[in-house]
Formats: sequence, structure tokens, C-alpha cells
Amino acid sequence: MSERGSIIYLEGVTVDFDGFKALRNLNFIVDYRELRVVIGPNGAGKTTLLDVISGKVKPVAGRVVFGKDTDLIGLQEHEIATLGIGRKFQTPSVYSNLSVWENLDLSLKRTSKGVFATLVSKPDRAEIEKIASTLETIGLTEKADDRAGALSHGEKQWLEIGMVLLQDPALLLIDEPVAGMTDRETEQTGLLLQSLADRRSIIVIEHDMEFVRQIARTVTVLHEGTVLCEGPVEKVQADPRVVEIYLGRQKEADAAAAR
Amino acid sequence: MGSKINNERERGEGLAFWLTGFLLLVIMPLLNVLPGPDSWLHVSDFALNRFGKFLAFGILALGLDLIWGYTGILSLGHGVFFGLGAYAVGMHLMLTIGTESVYGSMLPDFMVWNQVKALPFFWKPFYSFWFAVAAAILLPTLFAAIFGFLTFRSRIKGVYFAIITQALALSAWLVFNRNDTNLGGTNGLTDFKQVLGFRLSDPGTQRTLYVLTVLSLGAAYLLCRWITRSRTGKVLVAIRDSEQRVLFSGYSPGNYKLFVFVVSGALAGLAGALYVPQVGIITPAQIGVLPSLEMVIWVAVGGRGTLIGAVVGAVGVNWARSILTSSFPDLWPFFLGGLFIAVVLLVPDGLVGLWRRALDGWRGLGRQTAMPEPEGKG
Repeated sequence: MSERGSIIYLEGVTVDFDGFKALRNLNFIVDYRELRVVIGPNGAGKTTLLDVISGKVKPVAGRVVFGKDTDLIGLQEHEIATLGIGRKFQTPSVYSNLSVWENLDLSLKRTSKGVFATLVSKPDRAEIEKIASTLETIGLTEKADDRAGALSHGEKQWLEIGMVLLQDPALLLIDEPVAGMTDRETEQTGLLLQSLADRRSIIVIEHDMEFVRQIARTVTVLHEGTVLCEGPVEKVQADPRVVEIYLGRQKEADAAAAR
Repeated sequence: MGSKINNERERGEGLAFWLTGFLLLVIMPLLNVLPGPDSWLHVSDFALNRFGKFLAFGILALGLDLIWGYTGILSLGHGVFFGLGAYAVGMHLMLTIGTESVYGSMLPDFMVWNQVKALPFFWKPFYSFWFAVAAAILLPTLFAAIFGFLTFRSRIKGVYFAIITQALALSAWLVFNRNDTNLGGTNGLTDFKQVLGFRLSDPGTQRTLYVLTVLSLGAAYLLCRWITRSRTGKVLVAIRDSEQRVLFSGYSPGNYKLFVFVVSGALAGLAGALYVPQVGIITPAQIGVLPSLEMVIWVAVGGRGTLIGAVVGAVGVNWARSILTSSFPDLWPFFLGGLFIAVVLLVPDGLVGLWRRALDGWRGLGRQTAMPEPEGKG
């Protein structure tokens, strides 16, 4: 894979939490307009991977390159967000005391998000239309004036997806989007993510294998901070090493349950 | 675009603002001047002056509410910014005493007492009234900017920020208490005689100071209202709700916090500047840890996150204080502590929250009588 064609390129990335290596010499590449699913057992480093890309965690070694040649290491989270990397967190994080509309309005991509520019900025028509159409996409038009804190869990997840979408990111990082969702919500979320991948790259972390099969084209399996294998979902599922780490855990869990 | 309830509330607040303004700015001074001292309508010079002090505290409470109520950052050091404003004006008033002082020296009395022979260099610019007034705002602004820059850049937040600001209040108290600091030590600055040639003992001067305080409070309120209703104000609430989301939406929360901390420090300084000529004394006891904590209680009692609540709390708690300390001086600290616990446990959104719930309940009742049966399910 050439570096030129990739939207995100990690080379030799190591993250060290006081001696614990959450990522070890990790190499990871995602192409433009790719929907990539990252799976792996707990503690494999999935969330840390997103933390490194979005600037929350600084690696001790390695390179992180966004697009053609933007080095992300050393940039702050909000700077990385402004460059065009959006992130949706595992637990829904929305602004409970603002209305759904205000939540979306603040997330909208703007030329300046500095204090004074924001102080005097006024809503313009193009922005209002964008927000309205996003409300449509996430199915919350009726609840635009409601306090976000009053939404259901699934609605909050969707609101946060809408907020990240309004940032118009070239790369979208999504951490367990369907955790706690009903089957119907899960399926709708899958369709939404697939439709988004037409225009941007998406990295999804997921546990729900059924959901992975629904959306995935390429799957990366992480294990103990490195890439174990990578490929189409059927191939990955048939890989004996993957079976080993997942089933191994399963056996242990079964044994524990039987005791 | 806010919710319908918010729009209704905003209209109500606008009306309340002009009514309160009229009452404070026109009615109160008229009741002080027109009716004879025996009339039940008469507002005494003492009462008006005392109320001016409460309203000055209201300005400080507005700023504290911006940082704590809206942004969710608890500052336990606002007494310091208040003190900087108060001391700046106090220093000017000290210098205008001139030879009217007890020792008849051009130097402030405490300097004579401490055998300071010449006016320290940093006192000299305070001969100028306008320098003192500017310093009363700019010193706390600058100090808040430096302190805020250092703490917010290091991403210090939550309880750590509260502790650091409390330490700031303690160290300021220690510094101002020292005689070597040349700011009057424990006794502070007092015995003021005049400002710009007007005698401070003259009721007319005090009335003017009262009116200036009301006008400043009104301006401070409008400034805070403009900020909280702007998109920046929404970002402040967003920081309180989920700072991480704000950060990953491309805003730098540190810059927003710094901004609101600086505005808040400037308002506290303004409050101090208006307080000193009306009360006639400023000592380290008014700027340390305890007063800083009390300021937080004003906002909590009134209702944090609402501008009106901050002012109501500052005026209300201090009014209660002046009544209680004259009748039961020993009980005040217990009353204050009890009040704080009661508010935190029973009415976390303060008096304004209580009032709004009562209003909503009353409206709900009205609706129920108008539309007896909401659509039943099954």
C-alpha cells in the first residue's frame, strides 16, 4: 500500500502507559473512502489507536500522518479536529443542558472556532439548512428544541453521530456505535455508516460480530497492541489465530461459568 | 435557536431587568430624598448606602456565576480579584486624605505608624483618580489572565482548580496582611475623607456612588447576558456538560475558560472599586479564603447558571447577614453554613430555580383547568 493513497498512515507507533505497552510498533493504514472495522479482545489497544489518531494520547515512538503529509504528532486535539478528523465516543457525549439544535450548531464546521469569532457569529441560512438536513438524517427533527439530556440512549448516540458529521470530517473515528442500541437502531446505524463511507473514510471499533458482518469490507484484528491480521471479514473469521484469541477467551469464560 | 420555554423566559427577564432598573435607579433614590425622615416610605441614607454595597457584591456574583454556574469551574479565589479592585481605589482614597489624617502627615497614617519615611514607589501613580480606577479593573484583569493562562494551559480543572484558587486566596491574604507590603497590614485602608473633592460623609456623594453602582450592575448584567446568549455562551455550557466533546469539535476549551475567567476577574475588580468608597474600609479579612467562599454561597443560594439568581443571591444573603449579625452576631456563621447545606441538598438550582418551578407548576395548573383531559392512551 502506498503512503500517497492513504488518509491515515501509522508507522511503528508505540504507546507506553507507565510501562504497559498499549500499542507496540503498530503499522496501520486506511485509504480514502474506506470503511474499516477494527476488532480485537479487550485491552488489544483499539481505543488507544483512536486516541493516538485524534491526539488524546501521544505515542513514545512512531509516525502518524494524515492525508498526504500532515504530521499529527504534537498537535492538540482541537487542532486535529479542525484538520478534518471527527470522533464519536463510546459512551454518548452530548451537551445535556443545550437543545438538540444547539448541540448540532456548536459542532458545525466553521472557519474560526476562537472565542471572539464565536462571540459575534450569527447563524446564517446555509448553516441552518445543513443542521436541518442533518436532523433529518439522524431522525431527530421533531426533537430539535428538546434538551439533549432528555433523549434516549440511542437518540443520544445518533445525535453525537450527527454532531460529528456536521464537522464534515474527511476521516471519522467511531468507537462502538451500536453499544446499547436496539436491533432496529443497530441496523439503521449500519446503513447510515455505509452511506457515509461514499464520501469519507471511516474507522469503526466494534465488538458486535453480527454488526461487523453487516458493515465491514475490510477488518483489522488487533491483539496486544499490534495488528494480528487484516482482510475481508470471512477470511479474518476463518483465520486460526483470530479463532484462537477469541475462542480462547470463550473457553476461559465457559470454564469460569461452569465452575 | 433556543427552546420555547427559553424564549418566554428571555422576554420575562427583559421585563424584569427594566422594572428592577427603574426601581433601583429612580424609585430608591427618590424615596431617599423626597419623603421626610419620619415617613414610612423614607429610605434612610444608611439603608441606601448599605444597599449600594449589596449591589456591588451583585456585580461580583455575576462574574462568579459566569465561570462557575455556566462554565462549571469553581473558583474559590474571587476575593483576590475583588481585593485588587478595592485596594486600588482604596490607595487613591488614602492619598486624598492628605493632612486631614490623624498624624497630620501627607503619608497615610499606617506608614507614619510603621515609620515609613517616604511614599513607596508603587503608591505614587495612585495620586491620579483615573489611574486608580483603571488599575482597579486592569490589575485583576491582568492577574486573572496570567493565573488563568498558567492553570488552564496545564489543563488543571475540577477540584484541583478549586484548591489552587483557594491557595491563591490564602496567599493573597498573607501578603496583604504583612506590614512590609505597605498596604496597611491587618488594619487595611480606611479613614477616607473625600473623592474628587466630594466629601464621602455627605449623603449626596453616597447617593451618587449608589447610582454609579446601579448603573455598573446594569452594564455588567447586559454584558453577561450578551455573552451567555451568544454562541460563545453556549460553548461555555457545553464545556460544563462535556469538555471532551468541545475539544474534539475543534474548540480550545482552555481559551474559552481563560476568557470567562478574565471577564469574571474584571467584574470582581469593578465590584471592589465600588465597594470601598461606600463602605469606607478594606482589610485583608475581606479578601481571603472565607469571603471567597461566601461569594460562592451567594451564587449557590440565588441559583447558579442564571444571571438574575447570582444578583438575587448576593443581595439576599448579604441582607440576611446584616439583619442577623446585628441581632445574633454569633449565629451568622452557622446560619451561612446551614443555608449552604440546605441549598445544595434541597434546592440545587437556588431561589431562582425554586421560583421557576413554582411558576411552571402554577402555569401547569392553569393549563389543566383549561384542557381538562389530555389525550388518553388506550
